[in-house]
Amino acid sequence: MSISDWFKAREARRYTSAGSGHSPKGGVADGVWNKCAGCKRIVYEGQLAENMRVCPHCEYHFDLTAHQRVQLIADEGTFEEFDAGVGSTDPLGFVAAKPYTESLASAHERSGLTEGIVFGRATIDGHPVILGAMDFRFIGASMGSAVGEKVARAFELATSERRAVVLFAASGGARMQEGMLSLMQMAKTSAAVRRFAEARLGYISVLTNPTMGGVTASFAVLADVILAEPGALVGFAGPRVIEQTIKQHLPKGFQSAEYLLEHGMIDDVVPRAQLLSRVTLLLDYLAAKDVAS
Amino acid sequence: MTKRHIMEFERPLAELESRLEELLGLDLSENPELAAEVASLADEVEALRQSTYTDLSPWDRVQISRHPQRPKAQDYLAAIFTDVVELHGDRVYGDDGAIVAALATIGGRRVVVLGHRKGKNVRENIAWNFGMAHPEGFRKAMRVMRLAEKFALPLVTLIDTPGAYPGIEAEERGQAWAIAESLELLSGLRVPVVAVGIGEGGSGGALAIGFGDRLIMLENSYYSVITPEACASILHKDAGRASDVATCLAMTAEDLIGLGIVDEIIPEPLGGAHREPDGVFNAVRERIASALDTLCDLPSDALVASRYERLRAIGIIEEGAC
Repeated sequence: MSISDWFKAREARRYTSAGSGHSPKGGVADGVWNKCAGCKRIVYEGQLAENMRVCPHCEYHFDLTAHQRVQLIADEGTFEEFDAGVGSTDPLGFVAAKPYTESLASAHERSGLTEGIVFGRATIDGHPVILGAMDFRFIGASMGSAVGEKVARAFELATSERRAVVLFAASGGARMQEGMLSLMQMAKTSAAVRRFAEARLGYISVLTNPTMGGVTASFAVLADVILAEPGALVGFAGPRVIEQTIKQHLPKGFQSAEYLLEHGMIDDVVPRAQLLSRVTLLLDYLAAKDVAS
Repeated sequence: MTKRHIMEFERPLAELESRLEELLGLDLSENPELAAEVASLADEVEALRQSTYTDLSPWDRVQISRHPQRPKAQDYLAAIFTDVVELHGDRVYGDDGAIVAALATIGGRRVVVLGHRKGKNVRENIAWNFGMAHPEGFRKAMRVMRLAEKFALPLVTLIDTPGAYPGIEAEERGQAWAIAESLELLSGLRVPVVAVGIGEGGSGGALAIGFGDRLIMLENSYYSVITPEACASILHKDAGRASDVATCLAMTAEDLIGLGIVDEIIPEPLGGAHREPDGVFNAVRERIASALDTLCDLPSDALVASRYERLRAIGIIEEGAC
């Protein structure tokens, strides 16, 4: 590799940093390398792409975009996205530090998405589902009006079509820039899950790194079965807030998926390579029954 | 009498008031000149009082909402409800004093009351963790919500918390799970739910018992996705910018009427509810009773359906943002 190639590769890596993998336009060269946040070793893009973006050395799970999640679990060609154009406005004219409109524009540019969640119809090993995936690149997949609306619509669609829901959660929490409109999405999405649950339909939630705050404390944990990816950070309050409150360092592994399993908060920690088969089996068990209520 | 708590924005007024008080204590019958001066100082104080307490900024209101002498949930329980029977414990882990639960009567109607409980002194605040609930607090709330439903008793909730407690044990016992489950349960509860913001409405910990078929707020209470200090420290890396951020967050009762989240505002006496609590108690009692009169006439299916519609309508989005 010539020096100039090395620099180019480094630039490309920067462009796809935050472990987000492919740029929105795709086409990252296989020779580009990433440093694994788990073992600090160098992993080539090609190796990652072949291995579901899991580190071949230490099993660290790199972040995935919403569409990568969909690709990994939906039967090929079955995903039919809904409400792809639903986006956020700036209802409060929020300008602390930087204007919210600017954050929205740069998130859109970076991700190619209009908001932090993607959902639609799909089949998973033949099971008809409503599949949703959150995308951390979009303002930390924080939940404002648009994310809340899309979650509510996803559950309403699933209710009316009697499909199960499979949802990949990832979020920094409620979106501050929309104030109380964001907080109320927690109640709105929880209400939508309740209606869906009353229709006796199955909901499988997969908590990915990181899932925090108002998303954890609403629809993400209201599932029939809750799975998490290895090492995912999941909780209500962020580690920094807790440390500042209690003035102590947090124990190693605090709020990890494994810690949650140990404390009885989730059903299992499932490595990415086994997720499709696990979800498929669960969908078999949680299939909608034709009951006259 | 407890020492008066002075809020930042009323400091100039408080200084002048205490000087006036001192002067009024003097015998000025033989000094008419000084007496005249005192009288004019009294006028000045009154003018300053008016200007200090009108056109309050959101940050001023946040301070009033946190005033240690501000009436707390337990004061409302004592003042506007009768035949109060407090209920304890979540039947799983413990009894979280940060949430108060009771059977009570208001306007001749038997109800269930839930509130965040803050103290007025250090001892109470330690016992009740400054109104910041752990998961067992929300699980206690859920237990009495189910009780309300079982006996068809309307639910009245009193919102006053800086937020759910951010600590190791709280996370360990599933803080997010407890809040989420409370939201889900409350959203479908088959009895009327009237929520009243009496002080602080901090984030998910407030929301867990803080919405229903009516949301009423006292004039100087706030309700916010995040406390202004936490928001300022995230966005500006400086909690001292909380006063600017408080305005951005649109967290006052008036802002929230505009966003379609709050139904009505109960005015407070000049300077805040702690100045003349009795008037506030009467107004709160009257508003709760009147909301219940309307809601109790509705069949429970209609009630739950309209609560869903209320929630469903909240949010401002763009459909064709591509």
